[in-house]
Amino acid sequence: MSNIPENLKYAESHEWVHDEGDGTVTVGISDHAQELLGDLVFVELPETGAQLKAGDESAVVESVKAASDVYSPVDGEVIETNELLADSPEVINEAPYDNWIFKLKLSNPVQLDELLDAAAYASLVKAEED
Amino acid sequence: MPFIPHTEEELRQMLDVIGVDSIEQLFDEIPAKLRCGELQGLGSGLWEQDITRLMQDKAREDGQPLCFIGAGAYDHHIPAAVWQLASRGEYYTAYTPYQAEASQGTLQLLYEYQSMMTELMDMDVSNASLYDGASALAEAVLMAVRANRKSRSRHILVPASLHPHYRATVRTLVKNQGIELVEIPYDRSTGQTDLQALAQHTGQDLAALVVPQPNFFGVLEDVDVLTEWARANGALSIAVVNPLAMAVLHPPGEWGEQGADICCGDGQPLGAPLSSGGPYFGFLCSKQTLVRQMPGRIIGRTVDLDGKEGFALTLQAREQHIRRSKATSNICTNQGLMVTAATIHMSLMGADGLASTASRCHSNLQLLVEKLTSLGEIEPLFSGPVFHETVLRLPLEPRRVLRTLAAHNILGGYDLAGHYPELGNALLVCATENRNQDDIDKYRLKMEQVLASRRQGACATMAKFDRE
Repeated sequence: MSNIPENLKYAESHEWVHDEGDGTVTVGISDHAQELLGDLVFVELPETGAQLKAGDESAVVESVKAASDVYSPVDGEVIETNELLADSPEVINEAPYDNWIFKLKLSNPVQLDELLDAAAYASLVKAEED
Repeated sequence: MPFIPHTEEELRQMLDVIGVDSIEQLFDEIPAKLRCGELQGLGSGLWEQDITRLMQDKAREDGQPLCFIGAGAYDHHIPAAVWQLASRGEYYTAYTPYQAEASQGTLQLLYEYQSMMTELMDMDVSNASLYDGASALAEAVLMAVRANRKSRSRHILVPASLHPHYRATVRTLVKNQGIELVEIPYDRSTGQTDLQALAQHTGQDLAALVVPQPNFFGVLEDVDVLTEWARANGALSIAVVNPLAMAVLHPPGEWGEQGADICCGDGQPLGAPLSSGGPYFGFLCSKQTLVRQMPGRIIGRTVDLDGKEGFALTLQAREQHIRRSKATSNICTNQGLMVTAATIHMSLMGADGLASTASRCHSNLQLLVEKLTSLGEIEPLFSGPVFHETVLRLPLEPRRVLRTLAAHNILGGYDLAGHYPELGNALLVCATENRNQDDIDKYRLKMEQVLASRRQGACATMAKFDRE
């Protein structure tokens, strides 16, 4: 069973969201997602300043066997990307919740309430694994 | 490659296994109105003896003319060993094999090809080739639009001095993808891309600038200035080059301060015969930073579990068999056999051989221009430096000259009236290393006769000729 921290919100497409409490959020991919992808070899980051809608393709995580889109969980503007990933994409495999992909300035904060909590995401993952 | 026909009985057995009455039935899902039915005008077939005779007669009609036409495809010497080796059974396929890693020999060859191309172009990476030069440019344009994430415009600057067929092909392949091709005129005196016209785009949001070297007129562009201009304006630079010329000119990796971002072109000068227009192959190289946006296959060298060297397809995660509709490109195959020939050709010639061939092409063109301009009525149209091809201004319509020359078994050049009517009586001529002094003297002599017969305009028969 993969690690699903209680303090985060989740999207059905396997991104995690950390509410920074100041109108911004940090986004990464879940432990379950990194497990499915396998060893990551490349992360294509969004451009800072990009305006994203919930569900937009925002980044690409590429492993030796697949390249998958990362979808923006909420509406917002990209204010920062994790430059560490350019040279060391494998840190996502090592610690998926410490190594975020991008930060967003929320344009529609109520959307956070529509995301899954840890329990709901855990049952989604369980259903996928069964 | 053997053709293995099926017997009627085998066909029947296969149809029975899948539960279908006839082969025709397999096509039922295609609506009748979309099907062309029986092809018209095809005979029932010929005996081998008759078809051999027919083909020999057809080949004879082509003749063996002296070729002074370039315009994108060039008559070079190909060492006999090239096709002797390329047509061996082990290599004789047009495809990167489906069970790729089972064909280590083919993968090693493609790896060697990529290594040679990156060295020739001074670029970081090469793919395993594409279809031809024009479609390689279209892929390069799509690649630039994907890769240049700072640009939102999807505008590509394309010089009018780029091969007209390349421009048409790129337009066809990108026009429905929201990409706008903006034409940059050429300087009427030098034949180079007009830098003042280019300057009007300074500061605009541009995805890429295409830089041909040499351009369609055979003229060498000021590639350093163009590449730097692109960089200063946030556009990627896409080099379109003749690979043979790169043996003597600065390759794209050396253009400007940081080199061109992408380079592509047609590989025909590297071992592919003219062969009535194909097949040839396209090549595509880029900087390392853009490799994930590169279409097509890339072969990597690796080691197996025992530490032994081996070759494998790499960076496949973005190809269509994995990423489906979001793949980098729908290109999944290449001209493998032509690439096999090119790899053998380059390894036989070596860097020195390619450079000496390129130099001989250049000096033969100089000799041709010298001989033709010595006739007095012919002069170079452009002042820019050239490689092995140039535009001459004739005192009469090129099509007339070409018709007469053709009657004397000389293909005298490419008439620019169709694509560049503004240039008047302009003829694009080329001389490769295959044209010797005798060939050039013969061309000069026939040209002299054509010009002389024109000067005798008072002759009654000529007047009749002029009226048509």
